[in-house]
Amino acid sequence: MRRVVITGAGTINALGGSVADTFEAFREGRCAIGPLDIRDVDRLTIGIGAQVAGYDQAAHFNRQQIALFDRYTQFAILAAREAIGQSGLTFTGDLAARAGVILGTSGGGLNTQDENYRVVYEEGKNRVHPFVVPKLMNNAAAAHLSMEWNLKGPSFTVATACASSNHAIGQAFQFVRSGMADVMVTGGAEAMLCFGGVKAWEGLRVMSRDTCRPFCATRSGMVQGEGAGVFVLEDYEHARARGAEILAEIAGVAMTSDASDIVMPSRQGAERAMIGALRDARLNPEDIGYINAHGTGTAANDKTECAAVAHVFERHADRLAISSTKSMHGHCIGATGAVELLACVMALREGVIAPTANWQELDPECALDVVPNTAREAKITACLSNAFAFGGMNAVLALKTA
Amino acid sequence: MTHDDIRTRVHEIIAEQAMIDPSDITDDASPADLGVDSMGVVETIFAIEEAFDVQVPFNANEPGKSDFDISTVGAIVQAVQSLVTQQQG
Repeated sequence: MRRVVITGAGTINALGGSVADTFEAFREGRCAIGPLDIRDVDRLTIGIGAQVAGYDQAAHFNRQQIALFDRYTQFAILAAREAIGQSGLTFTGDLAARAGVILGTSGGGLNTQDENYRVVYEEGKNRVHPFVVPKLMNNAAAAHLSMEWNLKGPSFTVATACASSNHAIGQAFQFVRSGMADVMVTGGAEAMLCFGGVKAWEGLRVMSRDTCRPFCATRSGMVQGEGAGVFVLEDYEHARARGAEILAEIAGVAMTSDASDIVMPSRQGAERAMIGALRDARLNPEDIGYINAHGTGTAANDKTECAAVAHVFERHADRLAISSTKSMHGHCIGATGAVELLACVMALREGVIAPTANWQELDPECALDVVPNTAREAKITACLSNAFAFGGMNAVLALKTA
Repeated sequence: MTHDDIRTRVHEIIAEQAMIDPSDITDDASPADLGVDSMGVVETIFAIEEAFDVQVPFNANEPGKSDFDISTVGAIVQAVQSLVTQQQG
């Protein structure tokens, strides 16, 4: 089996429009959660989120592109532009045929749906823009990446709610590892901060009205974010032969299903995913210096996740660092695993662990080293990134220094 | 709306969630006793808001810490009664 390395990374999220800006925010422990600036916000009970502030689509795309690109597609393209640019790859000939794109998303073109339902139901119009379907479809972002960069290999979209990105990246990793592709562009994109997207989450009654405080005794629920994270995964030998800069190695992945409840997480499902990722990566529990937690800031997740980590890592659980960067960029739903993988890359490459922001008070049921509020320098050689989705679908990635 | 009307309607809403006959609902039963899980409680709150045109203060993260007492059917009836009085004047 081939080794798989990351040779490019890109993002746009509430913390910044690039990997460098996001790393800087992680180092500062900056929280991007604030009042939502969206239409009909006065009819929402939950008025906060981690929005990409001041975003001007016309600064990045022309009129024809905007007619076809939902906000989530735009985020995916901007993140891919940075990632593929960093990789230095150009996809022509055989390489194009052996390169594909797998993206995660949960809502797809939800803004497009929201706007057009409003047109036909609220405004009573009987005609919609001709591109509504190609704009809202869940594979639109992956499709536009394939077209923009000539990626002619296996390409599709993965939707497993909050684990979509980890499932997508895990699948892309398998494709390169097995030799089915030489390069895969992967990650996730989400833009759910519109009236309908927030209203739907409100209904579930798990949203915070102030901010996101994972692992904290005073936590009050989750906060939605938005954005995209995109990575270039490449066969190690291919990357080495062309002298590419290697950001990190993806060493293993595991996916499990709780098969029990549509929203409540299972400790066993989470444990099996972490154990499976370690085994797949041929890492021992004590090799892991950092875990980027799923850490949503809901009671159900945080208690279950900490119990699972304590059980899997036993005594080592008190020696490793675990943080939830959702406290800063919000829960980016189908993109969240991709944005969070950046914290793993930062830990491995720069030796800085992103903190859990907004933390106030110890919760005895989350008594791990959650790196409260302040980033920390540490030498990390291997880490995990957890994603535990509604539907009980879990995916954990294991990374190490290349 | 009289207290009995409110009680009857709350019993109907909980019975629908529990998939049992409203006559089998008693005020001293807890939602869990009736087989209503945390998701069922959230749906019950929604149904109460719709039926009585009120806003129920309820956070599913910490159901025990909400101002709205859901410990028993009777407590829910009382809580709805006071919300109806407060919010409908």
